[in-house]
Amino acid sequence: MDIETIRELQAYGYIFATIFLSVIMYSYLYHLYKAEKKGTRNYEKYANIALNDNIDDAPIESFTPSNKEKE
Amino acid sequence: MQARDALNYDYSVAKCFTYATILFGIIGMVIGVVIAYQMAFPELNYLADEYGTFSRLRPLHTSGVIFGFLLSGIFATWYYVGQRVLKVSMAESPFLMIVGRLHFWIYMLTILSAVVALFLGIGTSKEYAELEWPLDIAVVVLWVLWGISIFGLIGIRREKTLYISMWYYIATFLGVAMLYLFNNMEVPTYFVAGMGKWYHSVSMYAGTNDAMVQWWYGHNAVAFIFTVPIIAMIYYFLPKESGQPVFSYKLSLLSFWGLMFVYLWAGGHHLLYSTVPDWVQTMGSIFSVILILPSWGSAINMLLTMKGQWGQLKENPLVKFMVFASTFYMLSTLEGPIQAIKSVNALAHFTDWIPGHVHDGTLGWVGFMTMAALFHMAPRMYKRELYSKKLMESQFWIQTTGIVMYFSSMWIAGITQGMMWRATDQFGNLAYSFIDTVTVLIPYYALRATGGLLYLIGFFMFTYNMYKTMTASKAIESEPQNASPMAA
Repeated sequence: MDIETIRELQAYGYIFATIFLSVIMYSYLYHLYKAEKKGTRNYEKYANIALNDNIDDAPIESFTPSNKEKE
Repeated sequence: MQARDALNYDYSVAKCFTYATILFGIIGMVIGVVIAYQMAFPELNYLADEYGTFSRLRPLHTSGVIFGFLLSGIFATWYYVGQRVLKVSMAESPFLMIVGRLHFWIYMLTILSAVVALFLGIGTSKEYAELEWPLDIAVVVLWVLWGISIFGLIGIRREKTLYISMWYYIATFLGVAMLYLFNNMEVPTYFVAGMGKWYHSVSMYAGTNDAMVQWWYGHNAVAFIFTVPIIAMIYYFLPKESGQPVFSYKLSLLSFWGLMFVYLWAGGHHLLYSTVPDWVQTMGSIFSVILILPSWGSAINMLLTMKGQWGQLKENPLVKFMVFASTFYMLSTLEGPIQAIKSVNALAHFTDWIPGHVHDGTLGWVGFMTMAALFHMAPRMYKRELYSKKLMESQFWIQTTGIVMYFSSMWIAGITQGMMWRATDQFGNLAYSFIDTVTVLIPYYALRATGGLLYLIGFFMFTYNMYKTMTASKAIESEPQNASPMAA
């Protein structure tokens, strides 16, 4: 393969990678906001994990049904 | 539920690592100040025979502060924060308690052996990866133990969602594991070819490949030891100390993935204008510039967390330490990408501007955040208020002055040096010899060393404050919810 072809392929690779990664990033952002809007998840409430971190505090989201009732 | 009511977090391992942080902080920083003065006054090289020379002490300084001071700071905060954000006590699992203690003792043994080995001049000569293969194996063992502790605690957690700090601690664990293994692939020469002592080795890679792996490792050591775990700390300690939830949790997630993806490709900027392929250099340069985005994403998120609460800066020196740390994170993550631009790097490469850049990040961001985290933990671990607010305030200003003296002198020295190296006369001959640049730089070296000395004095103040908090401060009855209690 001559150097010109390699450079051309590099340029295509570069542009596709840039577009692909930008799409991934914006899709993730869209996913975060959409999940909140639909009510499936409230990401901002997880910030309280650091604030209410005593061992007796009710977990923000827990595994066990007994703890779930506390919320 | 009765049993759980009586349950408390177990800070015994966190306390051990706190002592280690202080011990290795003193060792690493004292050596740092000594070698800084050696640069200004070369006769100081001959104080202790071969053991006191710059070349012997420099790896001791870097390894001492990175793998001694900072790593134990990371472990101390992990054994504190991990339990709290997962809402589970280590005391609930005798197995995890044993793992935690073993982790600490193997760590101490490894790092103390490393100090001895480096003093004796036993090393691989790879920057930040100087330890020979027997110690590398010990590092792997202690790292695996830390992993067991992380995932073991996650396995028994009550809080289903992993708080953002946990993501960063896990990334530290995985990132360093991968980097350390690949960069330390080495051939023990005695066992393979009967050459050298039993502990000697050579890298498994050769020439340019070795350089590329080394700087993929070297820069990502900055990423996964100087950055990622410190972000883990600030995402927990700043909100907790100030009582403010993270400004945007979504932004913290986006920044996390951005940082993880981008950082791994930036190491090539250490090899600009060298024999590595041009595309590696360009990629290193471009990814370094893009790195501003996720870095500032976290830093701005922290500053905005203080929105409407800036008054706390006046009242609470711990908040001041952390906000300052975050600001210095912004400065160094802007400065780094600027240095990685090829045309800027042509001037900056190999000059004193580079250690200047490293130190505004490490002293301002890493050091301040680690000390603030330990200050925050102390009243909760020892059930006593912090010994002296006044001392903390003085420490802040003395160290801040030290940092400013350090980086401003290195900016001037570095740019002077770069320009003198490049200067030519009308016929294209170099205008200056190397020794001309050294002579010009000596006053700046003295300034830098004095800046470092001020930071060290501040560190001794921190040590004294912590010691008095542990032993002589007023006891507190209940754990403070947010702002740490401190005596005037």
